[in-house]
Amino acid sequence: MSPTATESPSSADQLASRKHTPIERVQHILHRNPALSPLLVLVLAVIVFGIVADNFLRPEALSLMVQQMAVVGALAVGQTLIILTAGVDLSIGMAMVLASLVMAKLNADQGVPGFIALLIGIVVAILTGLLNGILVTRINLPPFIVTLGTFSIFTAISLLYAQGQTVTLDPDAFLLVTGKTISIGSVSVTWGVLLMLLLYLVVGFALSYTAWGRHLYATGDDAEASDLAGIDTKRVRLSAYVVAGIAVGIAAWIVCGRVGGADPNAGLNYNLLSITAVVIGGTSLFGGRGLVVGTLIGALIVQVFQSGLALAGVDPNYQVLATGILVILAVSVDQWIRRVKA
Amino acid sequence: MSTAAASEPTSSDASATQPDRSGRATTTSATETPVLEATGLVKMFGRVVGLRGVDVRLFPGEVLAVIGDNGAGKSTLIKCLSGAMIPDEGTLKVDGQDVRFRATQDARVAGIETVYQTLAVAPALDIASNLYLAREIRRPGFAGSVLRMLDTKAMRKHASEHIADLGITTLQNIDQAVETLSGGQRQIVAVARTGAFGSKVVILDEPTAALGVRETAQVLRLVRDLRDRGLGVILISHNMPNVFETADRIHIQRLGGSAGVISPKTHTMQDAVAIMTGAATVDEQDQTLR
Repeated sequence: MSPTATESPSSADQLASRKHTPIERVQHILHRNPALSPLLVLVLAVIVFGIVADNFLRPEALSLMVQQMAVVGALAVGQTLIILTAGVDLSIGMAMVLASLVMAKLNADQGVPGFIALLIGIVVAILTGLLNGILVTRINLPPFIVTLGTFSIFTAISLLYAQGQTVTLDPDAFLLVTGKTISIGSVSVTWGVLLMLLLYLVVGFALSYTAWGRHLYATGDDAEASDLAGIDTKRVRLSAYVVAGIAVGIAAWIVCGRVGGADPNAGLNYNLLSITAVVIGGTSLFGGRGLVVGTLIGALIVQVFQSGLALAGVDPNYQVLATGILVILAVSVDQWIRRVKA
Repeated sequence: MSTAAASEPTSSDASATQPDRSGRATTTSATETPVLEATGLVKMFGRVVGLRGVDVRLFPGEVLAVIGDNGAGKSTLIKCLSGAMIPDEGTLKVDGQDVRFRATQDARVAGIETVYQTLAVAPALDIASNLYLAREIRRPGFAGSVLRMLDTKAMRKHASEHIADLGITTLQNIDQAVETLSGGQRQIVAVARTGAFGSKVVILDEPTAALGVRETAQVLRLVRDLRDRGLGVILISHNMPNVFETADRIHIQRLGGSAGVISPKTHTMQDAVAIMTGAATVDEQDQTLR
């Protein structure tokens, strides 16, 4: 700090005050806006597929894509909450299948009115979340193991309950409302899509603007520091699983509308697709970092790749390949962003 | 262990930060009662003695350092004071009122804030959010009480005011994520948080352990600022120069018991180390400092 030091700054001072390199600036921007890199990927993918596949940008094709991603989109909201707490839910797809079977079977076999059947189905979905949450927070088991176990349990209960049969509902049933479309010109949207978007709005609001959301981020970020700061981290984590259960219930309603009933064998792909959407959407698997908007974009990316490759006439196996590459890329970008420096 | 009531601090410097209890009739009542007083704290871990009847008195507007070798019971003592551990025996008083802490939250409600060495902050959250973590300002009315909506603007505003108030110049952008800060800046955020909620006592567990020289100086300056605002500060540290530079009194732990309380004015670092290791004891005259 001598006067001469200010006249001729040392090399260390020069290093300290140097401008960020362009790459570091990108890193900083991505660090501040976790949904930005998935958005770029989505825009790029839409442009590329728009050029490669003639039908891709037609309103009908785009509408169908959004309808197809509604179930994964709704499930991924719940998955985002759990991953934000540094957990993971491998059972989420099977929980949805179980809830949708309860809804459809109560309505079709027992003659329970559609609305009541829906509510009971949502309660079942919340109970699956509560079970996972209690096992994780009260018995202190790792979320991976808990949900691996409940995945099998929910699968078995679903198959036993449905006796391996799919349930078909009357086309006019209340439960199938989510599959009905509203058309504006050649753009058609199902009620299920609107329901999914509403779910994103509500959960996104809660995460960004409420004390609960702040505590959820803090808990996933550093559970011990949050505990010491006075946050009841066990309760916060339990609440994430319970709210995820509500998302599962809504996803179950949407899936009823999509398949016209309930199918006990439908859940396998949804487990991993929901995690894929969250991870591609820029939410960190280590918790505490991410946005539901990113998850929505992530779910859209997965769908755009699947539909785009299909419309381009590529072997369906390449769709799976592309999804895999995207996941690894997304996690690599996340790791890089986390190493951000001042 | 002599009882706390029998001893009086004979503060030689008689500064404003050192309560002068000899002139009971003339001193103001604010400096009379210890803000935090522990008497006869005992903590056993099975048959291992953690604390063997330790007395601590902390007055408003002073920095009390706690030093001691590894295993001397520093951490156990601090945990008992901050509610992280429940002592088997002994009493705690805050402002002369008996208290019992069953959890850290109880201590916090009573005005005792603790900063832990490593686990101070949530890295991905910004500075304002960290200052208000678990004590967020909510919006007025329905939005705040039922929806638990945050008043982000108010938190940012108060946070930057508080930071400016403490004379902290190293934190420029209140929206900056804590993980982009240096270790010293993070620790400053953690220490600043303790002063933000009308607390009376701040306990700092090795706040400078991982910091460089300049960062250490910044944190210690902040510690003195908190003291000058009338807070009682307990500083646990291994760093003797830091302790002697910052503390008004020094409580020395040895083998689970208190080896005495000394003043940096009357004792040297060599004295402190000698007492810490058992090579010397605190003289009768100095013992009254307790």
